Amino acid sequence: MSSKPRSRIAARRQPRSPVFAALGDETRLALVAKLCAGQRRSISQLTKGSNLTRQAITKHLRILQSVGIVRCVRTGRESRFEFNPQPMEGIREYLDLVSQQWDVALSRLRSFVED
Amino acid sequence: MESRIEKRIELKAPVSRVWRALTDYREFGEWFRVQLDGPFIPGQVSRGQITHPGYEHVKWEAFVEKMEPERLFSFTWPHPKSLGKDDCPQDYSQEPTTLVEFRLEKTANGTLLVLTESGFDHLPADRRLEAFRRNDGGWTEQMKNIETYVEQTP
Repeated sequence: MSSKPRSRIAARRQPRSPVFAALGDETRLALVAKLCAGQRRSISQLTKGSNLTRQAITKHLRILQSVGIVRCVRTGRESRFEFNPQPMEGIREYLDLVSQQWDVALSRLRSFVED
Repeated sequence: MESRIEKRIELKAPVSRVWRALTDYREFGEWFRVQLDGPFIPGQVSRGQITHPGYEHVKWEAFVEKMEPERLFSFTWPHPKSLGKDDCPQDYSQEPTTLVEFRLEKTANGTLLVLTESGFDHLPADRRLEAFRRNDGGWTEQMKNIETYVEQTP
C-alpha cells in the first residue's frame, strides 16, 4: 500500500467541463428550456419576458456555449442561438450505465450477505 | 439536474455482517469482483485488479475517505474514459473522480444500505463512452427533468 497526498486527489476533483454546473442556475435552465423547443433564437427574443438585461442574458449564453449545450449560429449580421443536446446525452447515458453496474454489484452483495 | 446515483436496499443480515462485507478487503473483493492488494485504510489509496470476467485488464484504485464502524464507508475513485482492453489508462492520476458512500442503518429485519455516488458534474462533458451508447431514450428523460425543474422553481 502506498499513500497519496490528499491535495492531489482534491485537485483531481476540480471541474473540467462542468455541464451540470452550467445548468445549475435557474436563468440558464430557463434559457435551455426556451431553446429546447427547437427554433433558433436571437438575444432579443431570449431577453424578452425575463427581468434581465441583454448583457446578462449574453453572459449566461456564453456559459452555456462554453460547455457545448448551446451553439451560436450567425445569419447575416445577427447571431442566433440554438440548443445542442449532445453533451447532456453523454452524461445521462454514462450515469445510467454506472447506475446499472451498481444494481448488479449490489445484487451480488445481497446474495453474499444473505446466504 | 440530478448528477448523483442513489440506491437503497434492505438486506436480511445484521449491520455487523454487512459492514464486514463492505470493509473487509477480501470480502469486498468477493462480491465486487476485485482482487485487492491489502486492507482499506482511511486516507490511503487502495489498489488491486478487477476480476470481473472481461475486465481483468482493468486496475482498481480508490482513495479511502471514511470508515465509521457500522455506519459509513466512503471512497473516491476514478472514471477513466475507457475500460477497453487497448485504451484503458494504466495511470489514473489524471482521471476525474466521484465519491462513493455506503451508509448503514439497522432495521427491523436487517440492514438498510444506502449507496450514493456523487460528483458526476466533475466529469468532462465529452465522457461519452461511445461503446456504451445504446439508445436515444436518455434525452427524452432529460427533457422531462428540465421541465420539472423549471416548473418547480419558477
